[in-house]
Amino acid sequence: MTEFPQLSLHVPEPAVRPGGMPDFSNVDIAKAGSVPRPAVDAASEDIRDLAYSIIRVLNREGEAVGPWAGLLSDEELLTGLRHMMKLRAFDARMLMAQRQGKTSFYMQHLGEEAVSCAFRKALKKGDMNFPTYRQAGLLIADDYPMVEMMNQIFSNEKDPLRGRQLPIMYSSKEHGFFTISGNLATQYVQAVGWAMASAIKNDTKIAAAWIGDGSTAESDFHSALVFASTYKAPVILNIVNNQWAISTFQGIARGGSGTFAARGLGFGIPALRVDGNDYLAVYAVSLWATERARRNLGPTLIEYVTYRVGGHSSSDDPSAYRPKTESEAWPLGDPVLRLKKHLIVRGVWSEERHVQAEAEILDEVIQAQKEAETHGTLHAGGKPSVRDIFEGVYAEMPPHIRRQRQKAGY
Amino acid sequence: MARMTMIEAVRSAMDVSMERDDDVVVFGEDVGYFGGVFRCTQGLQAKYGKTRCFDAPISESGIVGTAIGMAAYGLKPCVEIQFADYMYPAYDQITQEAARIRYRSNGDFTCPIVLRMPTGGGIFGGQTHSQSPEALFTHVCGLKVVVPSNPYDAKGLLIASIEDPDPVMFLEPKRLYNGPFDGHHDRPVTPWSKHELGEVPEGHYSIPIGKAEIRRQGSAVTVIAYGTMVHVALAAVEEMGIDAEVIDLRSLLPLDLDTIVQSVTKTGRCVVVHEATLTSGYGAELTALVQEHCFYHLEAPVVRVTGWDTPYPHAQEWDYFPGPGRVGRALAEVMEA
Ligand SMILES: Cc1ncc(C[n+]2csc(CCOP(=O)(O)OP(=O)(O)O)c2C)c(N)n1
Ligand SMILES: [Mg+2]
Repeated sequence: MTEFPQLSLHVPEPAVRPGGMPDFSNVDIAKAGSVPRPAVDAASEDIRDLAYSIIRVLNREGEAVGPWAGLLSDEELLTGLRHMMKLRAFDARMLMAQRQGKTSFYMQHLGEEAVSCAFRKALKKGDMNFPTYRQAGLLIADDYPMVEMMNQIFSNEKDPLRGRQLPIMYSSKEHGFFTISGNLATQYVQAVGWAMASAIKNDTKIAAAWIGDGSTAESDFHSALVFASTYKAPVILNIVNNQWAISTFQGIARGGSGTFAARGLGFGIPALRVDGNDYLAVYAVSLWATERARRNLGPTLIEYVTYRVGGHSSSDDPSAYRPKTESEAWPLGDPVLRLKKHLIVRGVWSEERHVQAEAEILDEVIQAQKEAETHGTLHAGGKPSVRDIFEGVYAEMPPHIRRQRQKAGY
Repeated sequence: MARMTMIEAVRSAMDVSMERDDDVVVFGEDVGYFGGVFRCTQGLQAKYGKTRCFDAPISESGIVGTAIGMAAYGLKPCVEIQFADYMYPAYDQITQEAARIRYRSNGDFTCPIVLRMPTGGGIFGGQTHSQSPEALFTHVCGLKVVVPSNPYDAKGLLIASIEDPDPVMFLEPKRLYNGPFDGHHDRPVTPWSKHELGEVPEGHYSIPIGKAEIRRQGSAVTVIAYGTMVHVALAAVEEMGIDAEVIDLRSLLPLDLDTIVQSVTKTGRCVVVHEATLTSGYGAELTALVQEHCFYHLEAPVVRVTGWDTPYPHAQEWDYFPGPGRVGRALAEVMEA
């Protein structure tokens, strides 16, 4: 007989399942403006609190408050709003195109637009992102042509990736957007390597790594933190916590750790947690982190607290694992509506102008889609060639692949 | 008997096994409450509780590593890798650990785990939802490798895999989940309910690992295939009007060499078919074995029909997939030689 009780396995569960009332009372949300803004050379141990709070700028009234406010002009904010609206309209059209069979697959950003759109603003030409599939805002906010994105989505004759990649797995060195892998977390550590290279070569460029809450469980995430910490690599380690990893709630990857941001602390990496639905807060925090990296002060880890409003992908129906109305209960609101409200409060925007902008943007997206469709869609019109299967495996095609290409008749 | 899809058959195998043996546990990404992205574990958590069927963090090395630890304790974990394309983070645990624990401890510890993973293409999944990595397992000593081609076999083989004392890589051709796919992607899919092998006993039964099945008797040429390619081969044979013998390997390792040798000795010709890439694929092993054991009976060189030696493309899926046309041309080539 032992003096100890029988053991039992702990398996975390989300607060609510389908049929229940959405409940985010466990999400502790700091008041806008309440979190201090430390100097960029602050030591990780002196700013531990920032890994447990939430940096917010926009309050409920739509005002920008506190030490992280005041960084963006009216003009910049209006452009930011347009970027987010464009990404949202783009997503809606492409999801529809997927339903119409014009492509095989799609993944949208609904509710998370602020993260990639505002972050892009803190980067300079030459910096490099290692994105996941949910950061197309990095391209949109860098004015990458929508037609190109659609050509890739449609796998048509103008697809820059020649039909080889799944839809939305873009690549653009020119726009600081590393080729997306389908395998999670692999690129997080590559971003650290890219940043180390920039330091080795005494360059001025920095890198940004991207990962979702669920994927932080992969070993590559932890390897990235070790390398970034050891070599003080000029890299921003971004974690987009949208609460869900397909059907799995964030508690499964987070485990007993208070927050995802707190993962950085054990590595001595300064870690900030930010309201991911607040364009101003995301930008302010991104700028802080990029400044650290540019001044050779090393890596910063940022957790963006947001919510995946849509399904994981076009193949997913979230009502099977979370309440249908959960997104409406999400306490951090909608990033587009919050910035819109702020601009109205600032007196530089109005409901009418918003409606008009929506129409203009939709028109722009539709025009781009029309053009892309003249080059074909997945099952109709112009296609990449069968030759494209065989090219690009190596710089120079080895004889065995050449033989196979000939066998295929090309 | 019940009519089952391959998904239902796989689920039923786990259900029956969990019912009979408390030591069987099931976990993986999205496997618990939701029941898996292909719904193979649907209902198991509700029935057996969340300590026997649960969601895992997205860490394949963690999933396989903990499964090995549970097996060392005495459990029989049957874990899901969401797509075979995502097993690579676990490859270290599979090859250096699971495969060798019995050998290096001289049986002091063993590793009775099953890794289920959807494999193969045909769903426009691009390069990370279409791979067929079976040869990366058959090359590792200490692993068993099973690839069913229909619901009846899937259930019987999965039960046998769960009951097996050694680690089993259980590759489920995802294109076969809902019906026997013969490679004619432009034709409507036949559901398993219209196929005799969609008839599956509801209770416990097992199919021995290491026994092939002859799907079509014939005397002109032997076609060796497994998984999706069994159906493609059968279609090609019918379309060419060739009296071929079609062998469904079902298990790649251990391999039913006797069935192969008997057949090729009889027909004198052989075509090997798989969806995986050609170079160093499992077809190379099969071709070598046929050559070693049947050389004096062969009337033509053995021909392989496989995926091209490139990553699996997205848009050009049907130019990549070795469909009935390509298998048919190989049959003709072997018959003319
Ligand atoms: C190595 C690997 N394992 C599993 C998957 C399958 N998968 C694709 S996305 C996903 C969920 C990722 O969730 P998260 O990291 O939170 O990102 P989000 O989709 O929420 O943006 C899973 C399990 C994969 N692509 N790669
Ligand atoms: Mg997520």
